[in-house]
Amino acid sequence: MLLITCPFCGQRPEIEFAYGGEAHIARAADPRATSDEAWTEYLYVRGNARGLHAERWRHIRGCGRFFNALRDTVTDHFVATYKMGEARPDRTEGKQP
Amino acid sequence: MADVAMTMTPVRRAPLDGLAGDPRARWAVPMARFSLRLPEAAIGAASASLGLDLAGPINNVAEREGCAILRLGPDEWLVLANDADSAAIAAALDRGMPDRRFSLVDIGHRQTGIVLDGADAADMLSAGCPLDLDLAAFPVGMATRTIFAKAEIVLWRTAPTRFHIEVWGSFAPYVWALLKEIGREYPVMENTP
Ligand SMILES: [Zn+2]
Repeated sequence: MLLITCPFCGQRPEIEFAYGGEAHIARAADPRATSDEAWTEYLYVRGNARGLHAERWRHIRGCGRFFNALRDTVTDHFVATYKMGEARPDRTEGKQP
Repeated sequence: MADVAMTMTPVRRAPLDGLAGDPRARWAVPMARFSLRLPEAAIGAASASLGLDLAGPINNVAEREGCAILRLGPDEWLVLANDADSAAIAAALDRGMPDRRFSLVDIGHRQTGIVLDGADAADMLSAGCPLDLDLAAFPVGMATRTIFAKAEIVLWRTAPTRFHIEVWGSFAPYVWALLKEIGREYPVMENTP
């Protein structure tokens, strides 16, 4: 089974986790001052990366916390996981373990 | 409406009453259960109020006679205590934390406990739980939320061959019956000392 490293609990089985979509997408502080185009972009447009992808995960059947992960969408290899609020780790490629 | 809420006496459910189970599984004694949430800055005051150190590692248990506090996450603890101490726990936090930087929710009517005790306990749980339950990976005193087949549980190892399982009332008969089914592969006679 694929193991995912929760920043709080350590390595845990994949089925304890839930996917939460692309990470680092900030909601506008004042949505009413945002143009329709920018709001549409925020709601619907995603990178759909082939390769390294920063995404949110939730350890829902564990500590319950959200965190971010860098995953290679080609190999499904988790390159790094990090806490909410931390910067995206500086990695340019996913290496197989 | 507030008066109504305060004066209702909820009936604690008995989801396993009358259901046949594995001989190594037993229904835990009734106990008080709370979900405690608080920020890091309040951990010290809460620990002093409850007489147990809440600052221990995540997925570990702090314990004293009649009270166990399971750290399920960075800001979440499950408090299991003697049924009679229910009011005292709330009062202790109320006294010790006048700024009220905590949330204490009575979940005693939501979930129930199952104790699985036997030489094959870890192997039996492994039939439905994806965690590594080897004693080195999941030692005595470790506790975490996880899954057991289709049910979410909190699993706490209380001895090398004994586990305490916390499960929501509606899932309890399922877990109970599944343990009985799994137990057929682990004959009891050979394991009793
Ligand atoms: Zn976790």
